[in-house]
Amino acid sequence: MESESNKILNAFTQSEYKYGFITDIETDMAPEGLNEDIIRFISEKKQEPAFLLEFRLKSYRYWLTMKEPKWANIHYPKIDFQDIIYYAAPGKKKIPGSLDEVDPELLDTFNKLGISLNEQKKLTGVAVDAVMDSVSVKTTFSETLLKLGIIFCSFSEAVKNHPDLIKQYMGTVVPYTDNYFATLNSAVFTDGSFCYIPKGVRCPVELSTYFRINAANTGQFERTLIIAEEGAYVSYMEGCTAPQRDTNQLHAAIVEIIALKDAEVKYATVQNWYPGNKKGEGGIYNFVTKRGICKGNNSRISWTQVETGSAITWKYPSCILLGDNSVGEFYSVAVANNFQQADTGTKMQHLGKNTRSTIISKGISGGNGNNSYRGLVRIAKNAVNSRNYSQCDSLLLGNKCGAHTFPYIQVENKSSIVEHEATTSKISEDQLFYCQQRGIDMESAIGLIVNGYAKEVLNKLPMEFAMEAQKLLSVSLEGSVG
Amino acid sequence: MLLSIKNLHASINGKEILKGIDLEVNYGEVHAIMGPNGTGKSTLAAVIAGRDLFEVTEGEVKYKDKDLLKVPVEERAREGIFLGFQYPVEIPGVSITNFLRTALNELRKYRGLDPMSAVEFLKLMEEKKKLVEIQSNLTNRSVNEGFSGGEKKKNEIFQMAMLDPVLAILDETDSGLDIDALRIVAKGVNHLRRKDNAFLIITHYQRLLEYIIPDYVHVLFEGKIVKSGGKELAIELEEKGYDWLKNT
Repeated sequence: MESESNKILNAFTQSEYKYGFITDIETDMAPEGLNEDIIRFISEKKQEPAFLLEFRLKSYRYWLTMKEPKWANIHYPKIDFQDIIYYAAPGKKKIPGSLDEVDPELLDTFNKLGISLNEQKKLTGVAVDAVMDSVSVKTTFSETLLKLGIIFCSFSEAVKNHPDLIKQYMGTVVPYTDNYFATLNSAVFTDGSFCYIPKGVRCPVELSTYFRINAANTGQFERTLIIAEEGAYVSYMEGCTAPQRDTNQLHAAIVEIIALKDAEVKYATVQNWYPGNKKGEGGIYNFVTKRGICKGNNSRISWTQVETGSAITWKYPSCILLGDNSVGEFYSVAVANNFQQADTGTKMQHLGKNTRSTIISKGISGGNGNNSYRGLVRIAKNAVNSRNYSQCDSLLLGNKCGAHTFPYIQVENKSSIVEHEATTSKISEDQLFYCQQRGIDMESAIGLIVNGYAKEVLNKLPMEFAMEAQKLLSVSLEGSVG
Repeated sequence: MLLSIKNLHASINGKEILKGIDLEVNYGEVHAIMGPNGTGKSTLAAVIAGRDLFEVTEGEVKYKDKDLLKVPVEERAREGIFLGFQYPVEIPGVSITNFLRTALNELRKYRGLDPMSAVEFLKLMEEKKKLVEIQSNLTNRSVNEGFSGGEKKKNEIFQMAMLDPVLAILDETDSGLDIDALRIVAKGVNHLRRKDNAFLIITHYQRLLEYIIPDYVHVLFEGKIVKSGGKELAIELEEKGYDWLKNT
């Protein structure tokens, strides 16, 4: 059967990363390296209030005392943090008020990525914030939203226009001392999105941020903050791409979500950072801290992620279920193909009574990829009558790839119920032959089978994203069977 | 001539299963291949469809006057070869609708046609569903997942009706079917039977041939076709049993 497998492996031609182009654009950069002067430089560039500079410096000083974590099931050469540029902004310095003021090269970049910054996008009901390197390029639609009292803007604008909200909420879910990469982000974060939904308002459109790393040797450190007041609802999507380069680039982001009483926040990610080439050279190191708190009773937070990119993914979107009857959900599809490594999962911290959480994780490993699910379900003593259901599936597309599951379960009371299910499967020769016999070629067959496997998670994505995610899954798995 | 097989030898893991098959199938004909278990009936079907588990060591297979053995599996399918599986495999999460639409559009693309619109496709599905009397919600379910034996076989016939092949090979589609399901399968085949296509029906029992009247019956025994004849051969076999062959 070995020759059969080899044949299948050879039958594929590796597909190239589609989003790997570089935009030739004037970039305003900080000098390489990290020290207090660089942090002051960033803060000054962004004309930040004093409290934010203090926050950054406090974080930086704390970071110096920390060690890079080693517990994840990932392997990479030591990152030289002095070898990174911490601030890069596309040319123009002032924030554009209308599309006419945006550099045409930039608009072209986002058009190539299939993201229209034109207000026509209204028709599809998506408001977009586009972030290139360290700076938000343009937020569409924000005026319309403002009429409802919804604030959707870049983090920098929020700092300028709504400093009280930033001061009140920033760092309350992910404290600056949280972990090595979150602390680094707290010191050097550059931009990101900010979203505030006032009491009782249901956000009528999908909010979306599109992140793009362009400049070489830069890190991207964005920070997103979402606040849903009592009874508010918002669905938020995030997409990411980067050019193809043969050196690794660091991405260390923070997302914080606060859901007050009866509020609901849905957060979806399609992460397609450059994964490196098929030999495992280059690619983004993706170290991200995402956490939401269900602060009020009956609040809900759901994370949906489709992780197809990055050389390394280290990411655990989590929920703190503080309010009684609050609900946390985590739906994930993670791909590790070629030499990609993914260590991803979630933490569900049940603190309130009758809290519920659901975890559906679908790992897909191909080539020499290594995929780990790591998840914590903790039910505290006072979280009586709580429930968790976890399902962790792994799909193997070859015999050189790996799938691992590391579930941690802590239950501190007797009235709660925790369920955990796990499966591992392979695409069988029989399935492939069946599809081929119906006229479907091998690549499409794998795409079809994988999408079927991931369907439970893909169904949780907003329509606009689901199609893109399906295509992405098929493309990112070309050449994976062997 | 649609299909012409000459002196076909095929083996798996070095063990020879087909030991010199000769068979000719013309457009408009229905051929039945009968024989005891383990004589190579399913292997013959798999080799025609292009399963590379089996190694062809000798002989030739021509389809539409072209050498079939070098053609990839999916291209054989696009050229009109359909295999109704004896054990249809499950594909979790992929609905029959999605599966068939993908398959049909691949066939259309190969023939230089545009993809079928959703409306047209649904109409076609409704029409074919009636033919094989399958419940209308079956097509929303994942391919073969949790299907009963009868549902799986009816689904194969449904797919055949949707894809409208030139050469349909049914590999023991009748095994494990009750009389109602058998009648439906036969109805499907008879409905599709035309002058411009052909069927190769592999069966262990004569029962199916009461509903689908074959033009020719061949008996496969220990890797060779040992006897060929008209439809009456099936009846003779049923009466005398396969032991009778050992003595011929």
